[in-house]
Amino acid sequence: MTVVVAIGTRKGLWLARSEDRVSWQVDGPHHPMQEVYAVAFDTRAGVRLLAGVASPHFGPGVSISDDLGASWEESATPPIAFPVEDAALERVWQLQPAPASQPGVVWAGTQPSALFKSSDGGRSFEFVEGLWNHPHRPEWDAGFGGQAVHTIVPDPADPDRMLVAMSTGGVYRTADGGKSWEARNKGIKAYFFPDPWPEFGQCVHKVAQHPALPSRFYAQNHHGVYRSDDGGDTWQSIASGLPTDFGFAMVVHPHDPDTIFTFPIEADGRRFPPEGKCRVYRSQDAGETWQSLGTGLPDDFWTAVMRDAMCTDTAEVPGVYFGSRSGEVYASPDEGETWHQVAAHLPDVMSVRAAVIPA
Amino acid sequence: MKVKVLIPGVLRSAAAGAAHLDVEVPPPATLGAALDVLAETYPGLDRRLRDERAGLRRYVNFYVNGEECRRLSGPDTPLPAGAEIQILPSVAGG
Repeated sequence: MTVVVAIGTRKGLWLARSEDRVSWQVDGPHHPMQEVYAVAFDTRAGVRLLAGVASPHFGPGVSISDDLGASWEESATPPIAFPVEDAALERVWQLQPAPASQPGVVWAGTQPSALFKSSDGGRSFEFVEGLWNHPHRPEWDAGFGGQAVHTIVPDPADPDRMLVAMSTGGVYRTADGGKSWEARNKGIKAYFFPDPWPEFGQCVHKVAQHPALPSRFYAQNHHGVYRSDDGGDTWQSIASGLPTDFGFAMVVHPHDPDTIFTFPIEADGRRFPPEGKCRVYRSQDAGETWQSLGTGLPDDFWTAVMRDAMCTDTAEVPGVYFGSRSGEVYASPDEGETWHQVAAHLPDVMSVRAAVIPA
Repeated sequence: MKVKVLIPGVLRSAAAGAAHLDVEVPPPATLGAALDVLAETYPGLDRRLRDERAGLRRYVNFYVNGEECRRLSGPDTPLPAGAEIQILPSVAGG
């Protein structure tokens, strides 16, 4: 079995390859000096690698490779462009292939906060007007990282249904293919407002879903870890048992809807792991109880793991992966029990995705 | 009216390898009009110079006969006959 891990950083993309998920060969940088906030493997037909790239000089775009990084293709015309006068694309924060029942469809979440749909595998994208025209939009604010749609969760069965999350703004849901959207943040706290329970405006950092249980979502919030069992209508805290409720990442096990992984960070005002110890937390009962996983991970780890810098692969015993602001990447070949370093001394890691490559 | 556009090395692959391009600009000749003409032949160059609103990218500088265009009139900077437009990435990044 070959696994490839794509590591998007602030200064390019690296690719790590392994047969045993213990020892790794790393090559890069691809797209040197370009930010790679979003990376995705599209494994619905062959293996396509998509990267949301942005040059500080020459602007953002989407780059595609169908040969695992040996060559890259970027269209001459901008693949993602705002057809409105009051916005221009700053960054692509998320690239999300749709379920296999919708071949060619790839969704993109952007800064400023907007959603785009590709029907040609990511070469060109159409603007989703319904979200852009939402009456809440003037009140969506920029956090430190910029104001963006960073999470896209298409329904596994119904192409009209989808959930997105943005910072700030929170969770929005459509049931009509993106024409209309409703805020879905009931129970998610926004402690930074005078009214901490607003309809929208939350700083949801990441939302994850298992395709076998589409009514359930997990969310890592800007303080707060939540689960929804009713499709996002209401959210309940699952932070009890974690050392802290701050963090960015939220990842679901590929074969078990009850198992999730997070990387707790001490607090908004202290963005380090608790006690400086690099630890992944796993729950195997949908957030009721949590275990600290640290075998092979370092102490004195004064850095953080960003919202898209953690993922799993889809192997029978799945691997878990994460990268840090300090340019270190770790892999677990056994669902988080033990960890091995994939790479170190890279630029800030912003996005990590892994794929099992067919023999 | 003909003007000359100097392409920085890092962008020449988007301009078929050219170090400079002669551009015929219809009146009224402005920097923006010259870039519009360039965009027709080299859209992959244009997207690196301007965003989708035809706004000049913040960290790309355009010198018209040696004067940075933002000190003039930006994309509306008029071009004299035979003008030389030099495109240079500015200092950015860390």
